[in-house]
Amino acid sequence: MEQLSNILGRMGGVNLLPVALAAVAFVLIGAPSSWVTLTVAGLAMGMMVFLMASGLSLVFGLMDVLNFGHSAFVSFGAFVAATVLAGLSGWLGAESIALEALALALAFLAAILFGLVAGWFFETVIIRPVYRDHLRQILITMGAMIVAEQTILAFWGGTPYAVPRPHFLEGAWIIGDVSIEIYRGFAFALGLLVFIAMVLVLNRTRIGLLVRAGVEDREMVEALGFRVDRLFIGVFMAGSALAALGGAMWAGYETLITPALGGELMIVVFIVVIIGGLGSVEGTLLGAILVGLMSNYLGFLAPKLALASNMVLMVAILLWRPNGLRPAVK
Amino acid sequence: MTNGFTGTLAIKGIVLIIAALLLFAPFLFQDVRSIEVAARICIFIVLVASFDLLIGYTGIVSFAHTMFFGFGAYGAAILLKQMGPGWTPVLLGALAGVAVSLVMAVAIGLLSLRVKAIFFAMITLAAASVVLVLASQLSQFTGGEDGITYKAPDLFKPATKLLSDADGKVLRLFDVRLNGKLASYYFVFLSCLVLFVLMLRFTGSPLGTVLKAIRENEARAEAIGYRVVAYRTFVFCLSATIASLAGTIYAVWLKYTGPDTSLSFAIMIDILLMVVIGGMGTMWGAVIGAVLLVMAQYYLRDLMGAAAEAVASVPLLPELLNPDRWLFWLGIIFILLVYFFPKGIAGTVMARDRTT
Repeated sequence: MEQLSNILGRMGGVNLLPVALAAVAFVLIGAPSSWVTLTVAGLAMGMMVFLMASGLSLVFGLMDVLNFGHSAFVSFGAFVAATVLAGLSGWLGAESIALEALALALAFLAAILFGLVAGWFFETVIIRPVYRDHLRQILITMGAMIVAEQTILAFWGGTPYAVPRPHFLEGAWIIGDVSIEIYRGFAFALGLLVFIAMVLVLNRTRIGLLVRAGVEDREMVEALGFRVDRLFIGVFMAGSALAALGGAMWAGYETLITPALGGELMIVVFIVVIIGGLGSVEGTLLGAILVGLMSNYLGFLAPKLALASNMVLMVAILLWRPNGLRPAVK
Repeated sequence: MTNGFTGTLAIKGIVLIIAALLLFAPFLFQDVRSIEVAARICIFIVLVASFDLLIGYTGIVSFAHTMFFGFGAYGAAILLKQMGPGWTPVLLGALAGVAVSLVMAVAIGLLSLRVKAIFFAMITLAAASVVLVLASQLSQFTGGEDGITYKAPDLFKPATKLLSDADGKVLRLFDVRLNGKLASYYFVFLSCLVLFVLMLRFTGSPLGTVLKAIRENEARAEAIGYRVVAYRTFVFCLSATIASLAGTIYAVWLKYTGPDTSLSFAIMIDILLMVVIGGMGTMWGAVIGAVLLVMAQYYLRDLMGAAAEAVASVPLLPELLNPDRWLFWLGIIFILLVYFFPKGIAGTVMARDRTT
């Protein structure tokens, strides 16, 4: 038994969970082509959720701030990107891949910029006065979320908003009898790119070193003369921008968005962050992939169960590892 | 020393006036809408007070309160629909609701004991959203999004005569028909009163004091020898039970139960706003918050509609003053209150005693 766990530990330990899940699902589903489609869908969903969740996780790890208003960035990102895309619909119809790609890039850029500015505003105006007071933090960020959701309703109305999608991301690749939606592949690739960039920044730069040190022991870093609160604004802004980017990608994925989108995704984001362990980027990715795969497999195997699947997954993992799969060292 | 008129007295006086108004509501305000508002106020007072046991007295933030409210409401609703009108389904429904609530409360309590306290808010939020989705999906039991319509016990039918005069017509007292609608209102009022007084008694008991001690300094309470975990779980179960009973009462009064009246996240936000506006940590605050917010829900919208028309020529403002956007303004008020008056109305007024 011990030998087995040693071998598993050397092969990656908890990182093997998604692989194990995929293997079990492969046996249960039976048809390789549907399995590939579902796996790709799960990975794509996981990557988008990861973008939304990573900021929340880091913000909590660094400053012990739990932001219930995080979903507002996701919704705003989705709506800002959708508006930009709708405004550039001329480019999207121009049948030129370069113009279409430019329109998409501009939309994502607008969402990211909005996330940065909104994150700065949110941190300085809303959260700064209630550092270290969890009860009031939860209440105030909840209030901010209500206001943000109502603002979206006032600007964009309550009816579903159609998101135009560039043509080159429409349709699916068909390899044999396996069909993969192009947008899903794109979302996965972009998410992976952001993840790699994040890991590089966190592990290879001085700022990343400070952030990791701050997560581990904030007082010590402050005692060494670094202004963790300034660092924190930066992390908060980056986290908000990532959430907005995640929202923008989600908008393109769903193609029809409502102001309730942020609230619905928030539950998933919370579950991911709890499963992964607060404060850890790798843990968040692991949690996001698990949740994405789980909900896609179960949605195919037992649609009725899929509703509660995330909850069951969270309960199971918390019973096994109360601090999440890969908690940041505290 | 008291100089005759203190903040605490003022708050208690206001609560007493509210209680008197609610007691005589059917005689004072004779239109249907006012009675609807009065009954809603009664039920929300209980719901908010039971939430205050958690957030105000013990310092636990839970977002699953509507879930328990919904269990009670759906318990009564499903049984009233299946078994027909009568008292047995109401009682059984109340019991079933309480039983399910207790099981869920213990399960959530035990699970979240294993994790950091701050996760509690996230876990309850997730649990409540799963229950909401289940309620709208399992339509063969819950009626899905449409909810369930059913009949209340015979006593509460508008045609029931409580007292009849010599001609066999319904007797009128101060011009109010003594019919089933009146009985129904007093059923709501009295049950809510009993629940509220029970909670008031509970917070005054030694047990209530222990809870406050836990809120103020958890480590110290533990060191004195109180098992914080056990007390937390207990108060979570108690609050869930009361919320579930309030749900049953509301289901009997409305004769309709659906996701929007019992389970939706909008109600959770209402409860949160009421607790914070009224004042956390005092039962009186729950009364004031519930009254203010329910009144605002029913009457502020009319006012906002008028305001929106008045500024129709200005860009964007009419959109924000649209009656549907009332939550926007409440959200802003909520944030400002948490910043500047974290004790809410009741807490702020009562705190004046100690400084003078």
